Amino acid sequence: MTATVERTGSGTGTGFDPRTLWRRAWFRWPALTFLGIAVLQIAEWISEPPTDELVSGAQASAMLRWAVPLLLAGLGGLFSERSGVVNIGLEGMMVLGTWFGAWGAIEFGPVWGTIIGMVGGALGGLLHAVATVSFGVDHIISAVAINLMAPGIARYLADEVFTDMDGGSITQSPRVTSVGYVELPILDRVSWLTIIAFALVPVSWFVLWRTRFGLRLRSCGEHPTAADSLGVNVYRYKYIAVVISGALAGLAGSFIVTELTGIYREGQVNGRGFIGLATMIFGNWRPGGTALGALLFGYADGLQLRDRNGVHALLLVGSMAMLLLALRAALKKEKVPVRTVGMERTEVPGGWRWRLRTRGVSVLVPAAIGVGLLVWYLTTDTVPRQLPQVTPHILTLVVLVFSGSRLRMPAADGKVWRKGDH
Amino acid sequence: MTAAVELQGITKRFPGVVANDRVTFRVEAGEIHALCGENGAGKSTLMKILYGMQPPDEGTMLVGGETVRFKSPKDAIDLGIGMVHQHFMLADNLTVLENIVLGSEPTSGGVLLDLRTARKRVEELSRTYGLDVHPDQLVEELEVGERQRVEIIKVLFRGARILILDEPTAVLVPQEVEELFRNLRELRASGVTIIFIDHKLDEVLAISDRITVLRGGRTVGTVDAADVTAGDLAEMMVGSELPSPETRESTVTDQLALAVSGLTVRSPDGRVVVDGVDLRVHRGEVVGIAGVEGNGQAELIEALLGLGHHVEGRVELDGTDITGWHTRRRREGGLGYIPEDRHRRGLLLDAPLWENAMLGHQTSAPYAKGMLVDRAATRTRTEDLVGTYDVRTPGIDVTARALSGGNQQKLIIGREMVADPKVLIAAHPTRGIDVGAQAAVWEHLREARGKGLAVLLVSADLDELIGLSDTLVVMLRGRLVATLDPAKVTPRELGSYMTGAAVSTEEVA
Amino acid sequence: MSTGPVRPRSSILLSLAAPVAAVLFALLFSSLVLLISGKDPVAAFSAMLSYGSRLETFVDAVNRATPLYIAGVAVAIGFRMNLFNIGVESQYILAALISTQVGTVIDLPAPLHVTVIIVVAMVIGALWAAIPAVLKVTRGVNEVIATIMLNAIGVSFVAAFLLARWDSEGQDTRTADIPESGRMPDLNGLFEIFTREIQKGRHVYGFLLVAVVVGLAYWFVLNRTTLGYDLRASGANPMAAEASGVPAKRMILIAMIASGAIAGLIGLPDVLGDRYHFGGDFPQGLGFLGIAVALLGRNNPGGIVAAAMVFAYLDATAPILELEGDAPREIVTITKGVIIFAAVIAYAVVERAQRRREVAAAARATAALHADEDSGGGGGAAPAAAQGVRA
Repeated sequence: MTATVERTGSGTGTGFDPRTLWRRAWFRWPALTFLGIAVLQIAEWISEPPTDELVSGAQASAMLRWAVPLLLAGLGGLFSERSGVVNIGLEGMMVLGTWFGAWGAIEFGPVWGTIIGMVGGALGGLLHAVATVSFGVDHIISAVAINLMAPGIARYLADEVFTDMDGGSITQSPRVTSVGYVELPILDRVSWLTIIAFALVPVSWFVLWRTRFGLRLRSCGEHPTAADSLGVNVYRYKYIAVVISGALAGLAGSFIVTELTGIYREGQVNGRGFIGLATMIFGNWRPGGTALGALLFGYADGLQLRDRNGVHALLLVGSMAMLLLALRAALKKEKVPVRTVGMERTEVPGGWRWRLRTRGVSVLVPAAIGVGLLVWYLTTDTVPRQLPQVTPHILTLVVLVFSGSRLRMPAADGKVWRKGDH
Repeated sequence: MTAAVELQGITKRFPGVVANDRVTFRVEAGEIHALCGENGAGKSTLMKILYGMQPPDEGTMLVGGETVRFKSPKDAIDLGIGMVHQHFMLADNLTVLENIVLGSEPTSGGVLLDLRTARKRVEELSRTYGLDVHPDQLVEELEVGERQRVEIIKVLFRGARILILDEPTAVLVPQEVEELFRNLRELRASGVTIIFIDHKLDEVLAISDRITVLRGGRTVGTVDAADVTAGDLAEMMVGSELPSPETRESTVTDQLALAVSGLTVRSPDGRVVVDGVDLRVHRGEVVGIAGVEGNGQAELIEALLGLGHHVEGRVELDGTDITGWHTRRRREGGLGYIPEDRHRRGLLLDAPLWENAMLGHQTSAPYAKGMLVDRAATRTRTEDLVGTYDVRTPGIDVTARALSGGNQQKLIIGREMVADPKVLIAAHPTRGIDVGAQAAVWEHLREARGKGLAVLLVSADLDELIGLSDTLVVMLRGRLVATLDPAKVTPRELGSYMTGAAVSTEEVA
Repeated sequence: MSTGPVRPRSSILLSLAAPVAAVLFALLFSSLVLLISGKDPVAAFSAMLSYGSRLETFVDAVNRATPLYIAGVAVAIGFRMNLFNIGVESQYILAALISTQVGTVIDLPAPLHVTVIIVVAMVIGALWAAIPAVLKVTRGVNEVIATIMLNAIGVSFVAAFLLARWDSEGQDTRTADIPESGRMPDLNGLFEIFTREIQKGRHVYGFLLVAVVVGLAYWFVLNRTTLGYDLRASGANPMAAEASGVPAKRMILIAMIASGAIAGLIGLPDVLGDRYHFGGDFPQGLGFLGIAVALLGRNNPGGIVAAAMVFAYLDATAPILELEGDAPREIVTITKGVIIFAAVIAYAVVERAQRRREVAAAARATAALHADEDSGGGGGAAPAAAQGVRA
């Protein structure tokens, strides 16, 4: 057990403590944003070959746009996994979302397209729920089946419907229009759906942590037997959560169609469902973290399409970020494990071995990666254009490997639960 | 005065077993009433009936003077009966407050959590009963004692006035037990009735007003705590007679087969579960470990097999230090194992008998020939084994699942015996099997002992322990507290050591 | 005294019936879909049937089944130990690319050339699979998530490699061709002993023999070696396996790496038998289909053959749908998906039914046993009698 807490009463002291300030959300998020922009700006100034796209309104706008599908898929994963159902079927549900979204948009207009896209994804979620919750099928197996089936369904339906349309074929639909834009300062035109998607971050948090529904849903993912013993209908909450998950994935799919590309094209989801999953893991199964991950990955995605020199400069950014992380870990206050009562430890907390074990990895590894990236940056002029695409996956693996113990996935996530079986 | 709870003539049968046999049990309002008995005496069944988890086959239940019939725990909760299970039902990643209110959340408008009201009520309960909890802490950060307080508040939050605690001290360290007892006294002072299941007599005497003892599913009696000594209680629990060991030749030699020194095992959360155990077993000797279950016996065995984590101390097998060896090397080195739970640790239920016969010996002759499985030899050996150890089966190709418990056990005994181990670790070797199979298992153990096998026997069955052991040691709270001669030990003595009465009262020691 | 319940023959039939029922249900469901979209399912499936009975279609199916079978075995190795190797997908694509590339640059006599390509593919697959295995054993990283991430990374690496060639050498997004000595001869001669001449330029992949060897090796190692015994024991009952001395972590490493090594072979039937190069149009998704095939075949070497053939036949006969059956060939993808769903649900239901029956039988047996005991005047010590109901 490595759970550690600081037991100093936070915020009760009268003296100024920067740590206390950092814990306040209203301070931390703007401060993080500012820090991020500062790092990017510095990188932009010193970048060689030069770029001026690291910090710009257009890039910020692109970041938001490209972040949305990842964010929505991530939030979809969040609902499902918080209820204890692993959903790697997000990819397939997004594919369903793209077809249904496109079809709805063509037949009834973009707003209906969005809604119908959500319904399409929700149907995929329902299938996943039936298999995993009612029949107790392994969550991964059911999801793999959905991911195999969804592209086939989309292609079948496209052949049935789009091939007869003007400009449509089995692999693509006629063009569809956006749900509409608002003009914002700096960011220029921003889709209504983008705004709604980001509004869903606090909404998800509120629903999951401040409503009765959310508490019961989370309890199913943490300890379904306890929830059941207190009268919570575990099956029902899991069903609802997985269907919501599918609907959000469907929304992500229809967003790609109506807002990103303006067309349904086969294969356009292209692993974004899995990146959404990575986003959620990166965000530690929390809405705010998921949004942060989506923005990070969306930034790389957007930049890659806009400026290849900028992508190269990202190496520098990554290097700076890693060195900052190492610095932070090195300066961090000692945390003393709580669970020392009633046992003698062979290692004294705070002793050098303990320090090396708890600290060494978290300082040395980011520092090494930071130096490595710096060397890479200095010795090259370009990077493979796939690098931004795989950044989310690499980062997620790094997070899993080096701070896996700090990640808090729901305790009963992925476990088939049957009433009376425990 | 009407009793808070009165059970009359409660009988509960399970297939082949009478768990409760016309049990009578009366708890006055506002008292702490302990329910004592050995494992399997029927305490848990009785409490499950009272909490509505199982219906009784016969008998009546009165709560507050009214006859009741529960269909589910919900009915019990509605009448103010709450239960704190031995294994906590708390979600680690939710806060204390969330765990407490789950399922009966105060809301505004039926949708939003009214955390302010919830917190106020929890703080109120916490203050009233002196149950110290922090509503906004995550449960995973809590000590076991704190978790227990959360469980108690969870029950009180639902309006319970009668509290059932199922072996609440089993998971606590002594300081935490003190704290719990303080809390229970406060609860009693506020008029809460407490039913307290336990078999550690020092604790029972320290906290309860009255004590009911069950044995073999029947009520032995109810006594005032002030009127009895630990010794009396121990005798009530164990019975007035012990089985007499068979008179027989001692086969104990002076060759040391298993030597354990300073063995300490910690649970993953750092609790010491086996505490500095020193143990010696000679060739031809059976050393029996007596003790109420959950006192570290299981962890001791796991550690000896190399399955435990956080193990300190030294283990020698036949003069060789095997402390750093992993399980396979230990098994190959002559450590036989009859597991406590044959389905969990001992069998591949869906594999055929001949594959089960090689489990644990799959790398040794005759089962293995180099890297290959010698199927012919394995099958021949299994046929022999099935015959010699009287495993009743239509053939060796049926799955282990198809055998009855007794025959499964004979298969396990047989496979361990034919491997000719140096030391055999036998945990509850006759648990859950019929009398015929039981006698056969004992006979096999005696025979092997006669041929020089060293046996470490852990059992809850006193017939078995006294009948087989050359030396009896008692394990309590992770320690070996006494070494006794099975031929001379009295029930009072044995019971006192097993329940901790001897330690606290010095009466027998 | 009775010896307890012997598993009835009906349950064996039941477990065979489950996959058959799943396939039938899937065909029924697909027919329904076709009906709804105004097509004639009878015409469609009879077209598939008559097309499928041609020798050339059979050859197509065998060629398709070969990589599917290998993929199924690769996945099944993990499954036998309750390990989920989702990474088969990137393991085979990476292995195919690198071994093909190696095959184009080396120059060796024929049998050796092919052997080197095969060995390289297995090594690459094994190395790529070793990453999640090591992460799981040392850092406790869930192998499902790790392999999903590695899939994306591996596939992107392949894309980057191909694009780099395009950028630098102005070539197509593909490798060069493997020279003659690195190709595998077809098995048409072998087949034609039993059949008429294979026409229309169809070639039975020589790699079929390797697939047969893989299947036999899988069966042999699993059922005839102590390693296979340890592996099956770990999958069947990890707790009992641990107590019997099976080193859990080492088994995870071995199973994952073996699975990856076999996965490395999946792309080779096409590379060595037909394409002789690796390019952007290389078949993808075989890793995921391998999961389906392993599931349907219940991880059994023979069962996977049947499952691979079912899927391969659906693929091989699909093109005829558009020509004669007046139905889109994509219906086949839906059929495959429904087969998987129906099969896993059927297996789950059957398994639970069996377990319930066994529990009931055990309870009956216990009751009978205690009746014996009572009539025998045993009684015994009371605590022993109550043991069965301890909480």
